[in-house]
Parts: sequence; C-alpha cells; structure tokens
Amino acid sequence: MNLFLDGIAWIFDPAHLNGPGGIWVRIGEQLSYTFGAVALAAIIAIPLGLWIGHTGRGRDVAVLTSGGLRALPSLGLLIIFALAIGIGFKAPLLAFVILAIPSLLSGAYAGVEAVDRRTVDAARAQGMTEWQVLTKVELPLGLPLLIGGIRSGVLQVVATATLAYFASGGALGVFINDGLKTRDYAELIGASIIVTVLALLLEGIFALLQRLFVPRGVTAGRISDVRSRPLRPRAVVGSPIQEGK
Amino acid sequence: MNWVVNNLGLIWSLTLDHIALAVPPIILGFLISIPIGWVANRYHASRGVLLTISGLLYTVPSLPLFIALPAILGTGILDPVNVVVGLTIYAVALMVRSVADALAAVDSGVRQAATAMGYSGWQGFWQVEFPLAGPVLLAGLRVVSVSTVSLVSIGSVIGVSSLGYLFLNGLQRNIVAEVISGIVATLVIAIVFDLILVAVGRILLPWAKADPSARQTRRRTAERALTGTVTS
Repeated sequence: MNLFLDGIAWIFDPAHLNGPGGIWVRIGEQLSYTFGAVALAAIIAIPLGLWIGHTGRGRDVAVLTSGGLRALPSLGLLIIFALAIGIGFKAPLLAFVILAIPSLLSGAYAGVEAVDRRTVDAARAQGMTEWQVLTKVELPLGLPLLIGGIRSGVLQVVATATLAYFASGGALGVFINDGLKTRDYAELIGASIIVTVLALLLEGIFALLQRLFVPRGVTAGRISDVRSRPLRPRAVVGSPIQEGK
Repeated sequence: MNWVVNNLGLIWSLTLDHIALAVPPIILGFLISIPIGWVANRYHASRGVLLTISGLLYTVPSLPLFIALPAILGTGILDPVNVVVGLTIYAVALMVRSVADALAAVDSGVRQAATAMGYSGWQGFWQVEFPLAGPVLLAGLRVVSVSTVSLVSIGSVIGVSSLGYLFLNGLQRNIVAEVISGIVATLVIAIVFDLILVAVGRILLPWAKADPSARQTRRRTAERALTGTVTS
C-alpha cells in the first residue's frame, strides 16, 4: 500500500500540480481530447445511427463495421495516424474519433430499435410524419441507450487519451512515459490514479445524466428484473381437467 | 511490403506471444464469471451490486491497471502476469452481465420441470440451465474475446512482449508497414478466435440455430455488451 501513498503524495506535490506541463494542464488536455473526439464522432455517428434504426437499412453493415472497429488495437490506430499526418494533437484526436464511433453508432441504432414497434405504428396512425415519428417518439424513447452509447464512447476515449503522448500530443500519459523512463514508480502510480479517478468521475456524471435526461416512464433498455415469472404463479384451483381438450 | 517479407519470423513469434497472453484471460474470465453471474441471477438483491461493481471495474483504464497491479500483486512491472490478471479482470467484468442475462433467459418452466424430474440444484444447473444458457453465454464470450485480443497490445507499453511491439518499434523507426502488419495480425487473431468460438458453439450447442427466441436474447446480449450500457 506504500506505493499508493507515494503515488498520492506525488499527485499533491505543488511542483507537480501547477505550471505548464503540470497535472492540471494535462487533465485539461485529456478532457479536451475526450469531449472533442466524442463531439466529432457524435456528428457523424448519431444521425447515421438514427437513420439506420429508423429505416432498418444498413443494419448488418453497421453491426459489422462497429464490431470490426472495436477489434482495432487503439495503440496501433493512434500510431498509424501519427505516422501519416505527423505528431501533435491532430493525430490522436482523429484516432479517438474513430474509436468513439462504434459505441455512439450502436447506441443510436439500438436505441431506436428498442422502441416498441406498436408505439411507432400508433404514432404513424395518428398522422405523424416520418420526421415527427423519429424526433417525437423514437428519439425520446430510445434516449437511454443513446446516452449509454455516448457514455461508453466517453469512457473509452478518456482511457485511451492516456496514449496520446505517443504522438507527442500531451495529456496524462506524459507522466506515465516519464515514470517508465526514469523508473519513478510514485509518478507512474500517481498518474494512474488520476486517470482512473477521471474515468470513474465521468462514469458517475453520465449515470446521473442518464437519469436526468431520460423522460419519466421511458424504460427502453432499462432492465429492472429480467427473470421470467414462473409458468404457474398460483396453484390451479377450481379448473377441472376437461376431457378431450 | 519488403519490411513484412524480411520480418515474417518476428511477426510470427510476436503473434504467438500475443495469443499466449490473450487465451488465459478469456478462459479464466469465463470460468470466474459463472459463479458470480449465477449469484447475481439467483439472489435478486445482489444483482445490482455485482453488476455495478463489474461495470466500475470495466471503467478502470487498462494502462493504469497494468501499472497498479504490480503494487497489489507484488509482481515485477515487466511480469506478463500483470497483463494476464488485468485482462482477466476486464473479461470477468464483461462476462458477469452476460452470465446473469443468459441464466435469466432460461425458461422457468424448464427449470421447474427439471426440479420435478428429481434433478438436484447442482445437477439441474449443469445439465439443464447451463446448456440452455449456452447461446447467450457464447455471444458474451465472443465480445470478451475481441476486446481481450485488442487490449493485449497495450501491455507492450509497459514492456510485455506482444504485437504491440510492432506499433512502438514502427513509430520509433518510422516504418508504416510495421505498424500496419501489427494491426492486421491483431485483427486476424481476433477473427480466428471468433471463428473458433462459433465453431465450438456449433458443435456443443447444435440446437442453438433452431430457437428464434434464444437468437433474439443472444443478439440483445451481444449488443448490450457492445454498447457497454450499464443500466441497473
């Protein structure tokens, strides 16, 4: 446990916290990557996902692509971008956009798909246009899964942003790189604690957002109790077996 | 392309290292998550707690975890055990939910019939519930396999040999072909593992194709695991 105390002591050393290249600056960089990449990914993936979910077209393609993208090793992807467009903040940002797309895409289409088809048909029967069906029925009802997709995209990028230093892109990985080079275990552990706490904080914030932004009564994707009821909840009383039935 | 031809030996040996690091976490993760998932499904009060803990474990970023594990386990920082343990933790975190969902999807009528036929709880689980949960378990395992294979390369940042070496070395020496061959080899491993899992499923679960309701649950489990939505 001493190593963890050393790590915590490293974090709260004012010499590490402040100044250019200090912990606060690096946290800022890590968060800029996270929200920048997720925002860019959202512009591409959410409209596409909603369209796929609404029309049902291209579903298989979307499943395959998002599955395939997930198998891509993030480090390799980042380094390919660094070699292709040069070091700096652009290469990591683009790599993180690609990493975030599968979560956002599948969140968006799974959200729309999870809406009860009868509800959609009812909306159509009320005379809603396709656009109204999408924005007034499918989008609000699919919101839990959509936000869930954003949440997992954010978590993936905030974790992976640690690797941005490979492209000289700053962020918290800089401390991990320093620590590995100088065998400074306090710095390694300290930086690891910061990244982990950051990820857990974002997870908590999103769990809260999911509660706040989801309209009351919406249960798509929320699993309260998936266990099925017993076939015969009560003993059958007073129904004699009818012959020939 | 020249680089690839000249270094086939290196790529092959790193591929073997990569596989050696990826297989134990997938298997261990599966075995460990069965009892935990069973508890989560059987005792309703524990479900939320167990699924929340596994969700939080999955939230911990991989590089920090690989760095922190030596301090917890007392291993050396270059020890491959750190990577195996770290990846096993992720595998369990992903798989517990699949196991709980898979067991929950077993028709309760079938379970009651097994009890009526005189199966004990233990027998009923292994001979009735577990096989019937198979297709959903397999879907979860396929997600675990893909994510484990792609995460192994992070281990090379802390010096554990895997295909990730090709990324770091390729960056230092500015050889694009080296990085691409690392990515392609990782994807090939992921695809081969997936095909093996599907083949094992076909052999062990021949009835899985016939049951449309199971297919739907299976799809939902895979998608939930992919979206990573923790909703309880």
